[in-house]
Amino acid sequence: MAIRRAMSGRLTARTEVLGVRSMSSWWRGMEPAPKDPILGVTEAFLADPNPEKVNVGVGAYRDDNGKPVVLECVREAERRIAGNLKMEYLPMGGSVKVVEETLKLAYGENSELIKDRRIAAVQALSGTGACRLFADFQKRFRPDSQIYIPVPTWANHHNIWRDAQVPQKTYHYYHPESRGLDFATMMDDIKNAPNGSFFLLHACAHNPTGVDPSEEQWREISHQFKVKGHFAFFDMAYQGFASGDPEKDAKSIRIFLEDGHYIGIAQSYAKNMGLYGQRVGCLSVLCEDEKQAVAVKSQLQQLARPMYSNPPLHGALIVSTILGDPDLKKLWLKEVKVMADRIIGMRTALQGNLEKLGSPLSWTHITNQIGMFCYSGLTPEQVDRLTSEFHIYMTRNGRISMAGVTTGNVEYLASAIHEVTKSA
Amino acid sequence: MRPELTSSSPSPTDRRLSALVRHLASASPLMESQTAISFSATASFHGESVFSHVVRAPEDPILGVTVAYNKDPSPVKLNLGVGAYRTEEGKPLVLNVVRKAEQMLVNDRSRVKEYLPIVGLAEFNKLSAKLIFGADSPAIRENRVTTVQCLSGTGSLRVGAEFLARHYHQRTIYIPQPTWGNHPKIFTLSGLSVKTYRYYDPATRGLNFQGLLEDLGSAPSGAIVLLHACAHNPTGVDPTLQQWEQIRRLMRSKALLPFFDSAYQGFASGNLDADAQSVRMFVADGGECFVAQSYAKNMGLYGERVGALSVVCKTADVASRVESQLKLVIRPMFSNPPIHGASIVATILKDRNMYNDWTIELKAMADRIISMRQELFDALRARGTPGDWSHIIKQIGMFTFTGLNSEQVAFMTREYHIYMTSDGRISMAGLSSKTVPHLADAIHAAVTRMS
Repeated sequence: MAIRRAMSGRLTARTEVLGVRSMSSWWRGMEPAPKDPILGVTEAFLADPNPEKVNVGVGAYRDDNGKPVVLECVREAERRIAGNLKMEYLPMGGSVKVVEETLKLAYGENSELIKDRRIAAVQALSGTGACRLFADFQKRFRPDSQIYIPVPTWANHHNIWRDAQVPQKTYHYYHPESRGLDFATMMDDIKNAPNGSFFLLHACAHNPTGVDPSEEQWREISHQFKVKGHFAFFDMAYQGFASGDPEKDAKSIRIFLEDGHYIGIAQSYAKNMGLYGQRVGCLSVLCEDEKQAVAVKSQLQQLARPMYSNPPLHGALIVSTILGDPDLKKLWLKEVKVMADRIIGMRTALQGNLEKLGSPLSWTHITNQIGMFCYSGLTPEQVDRLTSEFHIYMTRNGRISMAGVTTGNVEYLASAIHEVTKSA
Repeated sequence: MRPELTSSSPSPTDRRLSALVRHLASASPLMESQTAISFSATASFHGESVFSHVVRAPEDPILGVTVAYNKDPSPVKLNLGVGAYRTEEGKPLVLNVVRKAEQMLVNDRSRVKEYLPIVGLAEFNKLSAKLIFGADSPAIRENRVTTVQCLSGTGSLRVGAEFLARHYHQRTIYIPQPTWGNHPKIFTLSGLSVKTYRYYDPATRGLNFQGLLEDLGSAPSGAIVLLHACAHNPTGVDPTLQQWEQIRRLMRSKALLPFFDSAYQGFASGNLDADAQSVRMFVADGGECFVAQSYAKNMGLYGERVGALSVVCKTADVASRVESQLKLVIRPMFSNPPIHGASIVATILKDRNMYNDWTIELKAMADRIISMRQELFDALRARGTPGDWSHIIKQIGMFTFTGLNSEQVAFMTREYHIYMTSDGRISMAGLSSKTVPHLADAIHAAVTRMS
C-alpha cells in the first residue's frame, strides 16, 4: 500500500514537473482494426508448418515451382539502371516516358487520341493509387456523383471510394448459379441508374470472379452507356495477363473508345510486369481536347501533391527502360504470355482433375473464367474445411488464385476440393 | 425540348449545346424514345466531357522557378529555387554509400519484387525509429512506438493527418507562419482545419518566440501542433534547446499534440543526434507524439519516396491498435509502400560500416552548406552591403530567408539571372564558391538600388 502511494505520489510529482496532463493515452478507447481479409490469408499460410500447405490466396504470380518470379526483362532493366546518376524527384505527374508508353498499351500504339494529346494522364501508385486519385478527382469535380461498383469486386475498391467520400452503389455482375455473368440484371441496373452515373468496370480478368463479358456483351454495355450518358472508369490491372495478348485484353476499352466515350483508366504494372512492390501504375482521363487535358492533368497533380508529392522513381525507370527498348519490350511480351499460358494450363488441369475424380458438380467455369482468379463457388464453410483439414489457403469467398496452382499441387488441390464438395 | 439557338454561337455553352442537338438529331430511334434525357450538367453525351468545367490549376510556385530558370540562356544564371542538394559543381549527388547499397540489392538474385506488407519493410521501420528516437530510447524498448513506411515526408504527414482526422478528438492543427507550401494542403485534404502560430520575425530575421508562446498558449487544449524538428523550411530559423524546452512545457501543460516534420535530420548540423534533440526531448517526458521522417535529403533518395511515420504512444497495447488503424488509412491510398528506396535505407542503416560511411557523406553535405553560408555572409560584408546579414550564418539547413522582398527578387532575376522564390528564400545547396560572388553582387545591387 505504502509502495503504491509512494509511486502515485511520484507520478503526481512527475506530472506536475513535466506538465504531462494525464497519464492515459489519447488513443485509449481505440478499437483494433479488423485484419485485411486478403493479406491475412498469406499471414496465416506463412504461419502454418504443414508441408502440404498450398497458398491460393493472394494474387501474386508464382511459377510452376510455386516461387515468385522476377521477369528477365526486369532484371536486365535493373542492371542497366543500377548506378543511375540521379535520384532526383520525378515531376508531380511522374515519368513522362512511362506515361507515354502506358497510354499506348491502353489506347493503342498509334492512337489518334494520344497524337491529339487529348488524354490527361499521370503516373500513379499502381492500381490502388490510380483508382484513389480518380476517386478524389471525382469527389472534387463531380461532388454530386456516386460510383457504381460491381458485385463482387476487389474489396479495396469499396475502401478507396469510401475514403474519397464518394457515395457507392452496386450493380449486379456475378451470377452464382451459372458461375458466370448475370448479364440481364447487369443491363437492367445500367438502364435504371440515373443518367450520367459513374461506373467502375474491370477491363479484363475480373477480380475476384474471373468472369468477363464477351465482346458482343461489351458492345451492348457500351451502347447502353451512350444512351444513358454514363461515365465508364476502367480498372485494368491484368492487361496481357488474361489472354496473353495485351491488345486482346484491352478490347473492352477499345470498344468504348470507338463509341466515343470519355473514359478514365487505372493501369497497373504490378502483375503483368511483376513489379508488385515497386508501385507503378497510371491514371488517365480522356478529354475533349488538348486544352482540357492540360487542365485535368494539372488538377490531378494538385491531388497528388498533398498525398505523396511525386511518384517513386525506381519502378518508373524499369518500365521506361523496358518499354522504350524494342527488344526488351518484345521479351516482356513473351514473358507475359508465358505467365498467362501457365495459368490457362492450370485451369485446364484443375478442371480435368475434378472431372476425373467424378465430381457431381460442374466445373466448366474454371476454364470459362479468365485471369488470375477463379471463383470456385465454394462456400465459406467449405473454404474453412479446406484450410483446417487440408492446409489450403484462400479467401473465404471461394476465390482461388490460379497463379498459386502448380503441376505439383493441382492434384492435391483437386482432391481436397472434391472431398469438401462431393456431398454438396 | 430544344434550346433557343442563335445563328452565331459565341459562347462555349452554346457551342456545346449545338453539338448536343446535332448529335441527338442523328441519333437512333432508341435514343429518341429516351425522353428522360435532359441537358442537365450531370448527363454526359459523347459530345461533352463530364469534366469540361475543370479549370487549369495554377503552377506550383517553387517548380515554376526551375521552369523559368531552364528557359534562361544566360551563362551566369543561378537556380536557388528548389531544395535539392547540389555539389560544388552544381550537380545533383547520389551518395556513394547509396550507390553501393543499390548495387548490392541489384546483384542479389534472391531478391524478389513482391508486395511489402501494408506497413512497409519491417527492418526499415525499426531502423528508422532508432534513427530518430535514439537506439536506447525507452519508448522503443517498451514497444510504445509504431512506425509505418510511407512515401517520404509528404506521405508520412498525409497518413498521420488522415489518422488524426478520424481518431483524434481535436480536428485543428497549428502550423508555423511561414511553413512549407505543401503543409496546409496536406492537412486540409486530410480533413483537419488549419490555423497558424507566429514563428518568423521579419524584423530580426529570427524566431518570434514571444508570439509563438502566446499563440500556442491560446490554442484550445488538445490541438495538434506541427513542429519542424530542425532546419525550418523555408526560414532556416530554429528554436534553441532552451526554447524547445519551454515549448515542450507549454505544450504538455495544455495537452497539445506534437506532430514533428523531420525532413533534415543530419543535414542541418551535420550530426544526426543533435538534429533529433527536439524530438527526443518530447519523447523523454513520456508523452505522445507523431513524427514524419524523410530520407529525401539526408540520404539523397529524393525520387524514391522513402519516409516513415512514427506514433509514440503511452502503452504497447495502444501502439498496436494505432498501427492496425494506420493500415486502414494506407490500404485505400496506395495499398503498400514502394520497396526499392526503403531497402536501400535498411541496407545502409543496419551495416555498421555503411552507416559510418553515410554519416561522413552526410556531414560533408552539411558542412558544404555551412561554408556557403559563411562565404555569402563574408562576401556581403566585404561589399559593405547595407543591413545586418548575420541571419545568413545564424539560420540552419538548406534554406536562407534572406529578407529580400518580391520587388528585389524580381530585380535580381531580371538583372542578374538569379532564380529563387519570391518570398526571398534561397536554397544554399544551389550555391558554390564560384557563384557566391555573383549572388552577393546581385543582393548588393538589389538592396542599394531597390529598397
